[in-house]
Amino acid sequence: MTMKHYWWKILALLLLLYGIIAGLLGPVPALPIVHETIRNVYFHVPMWFTMFTLYLISVIYSIKYLSSNNPHHDLVAVESVNVGVIFCTFGLLTGMAWANFTWGAPWPNDPKLNGSAIATLMYLAYLVLRNALEEEQKRAKISAIYNVFAFPIMIVLMYILPKTTDSLHPGAGGNSGFGQFDLDGSMKAVLYPTAIGWILTGIWLMTLRFRIRKLEYQNHTVSE
Amino acid sequence: MSLLKEVGSLIQKDIILEWRSKYALNGILLYVVSTVFVCYQAFKSVDPTTWNVLFWIIMLFASVNAINKSFVQESQHRQLYYYTIAGPKAIILSKIGYNVLIMLLLSAIAFTAYAVIFGTPVGDLTLYLLAVVLGAVSFAAVFTMVSGIAAKAGNNSTLMAVLSFPIIIPLLIILIRLSKNAMLGLDWSVSYPELLVLAAINVITVTISLSLFPYLWRD
Repeated sequence: MTMKHYWWKILALLLLLYGIIAGLLGPVPALPIVHETIRNVYFHVPMWFTMFTLYLISVIYSIKYLSSNNPHHDLVAVESVNVGVIFCTFGLLTGMAWANFTWGAPWPNDPKLNGSAIATLMYLAYLVLRNALEEEQKRAKISAIYNVFAFPIMIVLMYILPKTTDSLHPGAGGNSGFGQFDLDGSMKAVLYPTAIGWILTGIWLMTLRFRIRKLEYQNHTVSE
Repeated sequence: MSLLKEVGSLIQKDIILEWRSKYALNGILLYVVSTVFVCYQAFKSVDPTTWNVLFWIIMLFASVNAINKSFVQESQHRQLYYYTIAGPKAIILSKIGYNVLIMLLLSAIAFTAYAVIFGTPVGDLTLYLLAVVLGAVSFAAVFTMVSGIAAKAGNNSTLMAVLSFPIIIPLLIILIRLSKNAMLGLDWSVSYPELLVLAAINVITVTISLSLFPYLWRD
């Protein structure tokens, strides 16, 4: 394996390292209520970016599976969901820790919180559906169909509905986003590279799991 | 045979089959009325917010039960026959169409029974009825495809609930918001965003169902 193949994994690690150091030590605007917890934006927000990227990869590979019937596409789709659910869990946990400090409770009644919890239920239902189906091809096909069906609903739940009502989250329901406090762009200079680092890490995890699954699949088909 | 003609005759077939046995229809109607009555026995009287939410929860469970059956009644041999005479688009459209009819009937009965037993604390009855009609259509559009998926996966009703509840929640939230506006008797212009999102969800669901069903229908 040459440098060409794994440069992005080194990049991911460097970006994460940069994100953690600059995120904890870099300058942040002094704001009431949030104070230093604003640094959580560097950890909380990238989780959701990564989750969304992985769900997007999953739906793309589900569509590819439907037209190709290649079992590897189905494995990419399911492992993307598996890793996406993990990032969603971390997104919820970092968010709950943050909410506990700034909003006074780990689970306030916020449309974005509820939306992401329900979207998670939907992706867990996708995994349950896979367990309910024995035959491999049928499982791949039917779960791909459900995945494509669920994806737009996830977008409505997490990104459209919270915008139409009052939300505690910045940038929704008349709240201002953090962008307006970040006058010199120093926060963006940390947030975006960190987000790319986490997205690459998520994809890396997914490819690792995919490769394990692929080996299992090959062993399974050879031994038969 | 053109698509519309196929859809028309398939819906007609479903109605005739149902009319002969009347099993599903009577079952659903009895289910709705008894649920309303159980709720009345439990609650006696409810405040307006609960009144609204309770109605939609009854509708949710009744519609899952009603639409769950839409692919079950088709036997394997009959399915095979359909494949030879109609396209997948015609089949899914006819199922959605038939379920819309069933849901309209169901919600009419449910609303009447509910209104008679619990009363109607509604400011703008026209808008509320519009919300009920839109709700019936949207439930039918979403649940038909999910019941098709659940039918392929051994068809147990647990799976149907697990698969469909998270998907229906955004719709339910918007419907409850819209019907709450109607209860308060707010101006229709306040509810335009809700109506728009409802229409958008319906268009998206039907489009996706149409493009995915061809992959689902044949084993």
